[in-house]
Amino acid sequence: MHADLHPQADTVTTINRSVGGLLRIIPASLWPTELLRVRRPQRMVERSAMVYRRSWMVLLSGFVEPFVYLMSVRIGFAALIGDLNFDGQVIGYAEFVAPALMAAAAMNGAIFDSTANVYYKLVHARLYDSVLATPMGVADVALGEISWAMLRGALYSTAFVVVMWALGLTSSLWIVLAVPICVLIGFAFASLGMAVTTFLRSWSDFDYIPAVQVPLLLFSATFFPVSQYGSWAWAVQISPLYHGVVLVRMAAFNQWSWSAIGHIAVLLGIAMIGLGITSRRLRALLLK
Amino acid sequence: MADAPSSIPVVSAHNLVKRFGEFTAVDGIDVEVRPGEAFGFLGPNGAGKSSTMRMIGCVSPVTSGELRIFGMDPATHGRQIRSRIGVVPQTDQLDMELSVEENLIIYGRYFDLPRRLCRERAAELLEFVQLSDRATSKVEPLSGGMKRRVTIARALINDPELLLLDEPTTGLDPQARHVLWDRLYRLKQRGVTLVLTTHYMDEAEQLCDRLVVMDQGRIAAEGSPRELIQRHSTREVLELRYVPGQNELQAERLQGLGDRVEVLPDRVLVYADDGEAALREVHNRDAMPESSLVRRSSLEDVFLALTGRTLND
Repeated sequence: MHADLHPQADTVTTINRSVGGLLRIIPASLWPTELLRVRRPQRMVERSAMVYRRSWMVLLSGFVEPFVYLMSVRIGFAALIGDLNFDGQVIGYAEFVAPALMAAAAMNGAIFDSTANVYYKLVHARLYDSVLATPMGVADVALGEISWAMLRGALYSTAFVVVMWALGLTSSLWIVLAVPICVLIGFAFASLGMAVTTFLRSWSDFDYIPAVQVPLLLFSATFFPVSQYGSWAWAVQISPLYHGVVLVRMAAFNQWSWSAIGHIAVLLGIAMIGLGITSRRLRALLLK
Repeated sequence: MADAPSSIPVVSAHNLVKRFGEFTAVDGIDVEVRPGEAFGFLGPNGAGKSSTMRMIGCVSPVTSGELRIFGMDPATHGRQIRSRIGVVPQTDQLDMELSVEENLIIYGRYFDLPRRLCRERAAELLEFVQLSDRATSKVEPLSGGMKRRVTIARALINDPELLLLDEPTTGLDPQARHVLWDRLYRLKQRGVTLVLTTHYMDEAEQLCDRLVVMDQGRIAAEGSPRELIQRHSTREVLELRYVPGQNELQAERLQGLGDRVEVLPDRVLVYADDGEAALREVHNRDAMPESSLVRRSSLEDVFLALTGRTLND
């Protein structure tokens, strides 16, 4: 159908190089060796399911986000801003932004679940102390909590896709692939978020999180194409969200390129490093 | 193995050490707990009791020395050991987002028990700790004593061979303590090995077959409560209270009375096998106190004799 019209044809090589470089830079202490000890992470998921069984209304609140986001785009931006040329295709602005918002929503949800929620359980409820007194290990706790964030993300991403489809913001059936992509985005950010949380000293440290999250939202080729960044386009690649946005757009426009492998690798890599750090930190904090 | 399983000590520690940076919390202790025994670590706060308990519970790595639980090394068999023990930590750490019953069920699931078994055991255990009527209640509104009982029930969900209790009754009112002691006594009757820490003398005397007195990371003495009292104290103790500030002065007149005279900030203790006789002698020496009391020796006195300090300093 569509030729590979990605603006940066050399993305694959760039990313492959950066991943290769990354592998060598990462010190051995960051390798997720704790993950070899994963046995029953599903028990943490089971616990969360038990908690939310009673407060399922809270879960529903997560569906509000896609509706609000997409309606604002549909009603507001689309009329204000005309069509734009993206990868040689002329598309409406709403269609351009919607996939990015979906990726951003996956990020936001994952960060929320893995920071404030985890911090409460780690520091105030001392939940993990009591879990670790059983045969469960730190990697079970880390992967289990992150899995819950991913599952919740999958639910909202599905809702997002349905709304996008209903509002005519996508015409590609491949958009269903945006759900697993968003789960991967959730995996990366939940792992990163939980890793960061293990370093926070008090609730006031949470103020730093939006300081990172908002720039990521704004500068990940979310609201304008990467070509707009000019000579700073390379910097966009530092943003983990950018890789997610590119992937969701590929699904939304059914414009795939081999660079997808590189983007997936970056997100998976972040997830693994985050998981590794989280497990190690939980061990250092709780099993001293 | 040549030994029958029951003859393997439940816990055995040799020259066990725990350091946190420069600070030595446990300074080379030797302990052996036999199956079915109720064993206590008695000592003031900071004596190293909780650090020892955490090492036995396989949630704190051993710095040096040897530790075996059911004959296994926590460093390599942590999971296997933890699957056979129950832990009642110093603070309850119940799951505030779940009901009483759900707390027990999910805990059983952490041990990989089938869901049905978890539900059955949860019901049985809530009955055992007399909280069946609170099964569906949230944890938060329960009283301190009730929360403690939920924690004990939760610790029993995997039918453990060894139950670790860190300060089980600290912060509870006398009645709640007696209910708890009764339940722990029943567990012991069922053959569960109990290892507990306490800084309450009466608790140690009530519950423990054998105990070690810990002070500053070391073991100061070991034995049954009765043995320890016999070995380190007299049969009776005469407590004398003087007008504040008079203690030192009056104590000089008491020199040579009984086995030993201890001057505490609030009272003077005279260790003597016959407390009444000692009191008559106090009168003879014209060292009349404001009030006096003759009592039997307790572990408190053992601790004082061993360390020169009271337990609740």
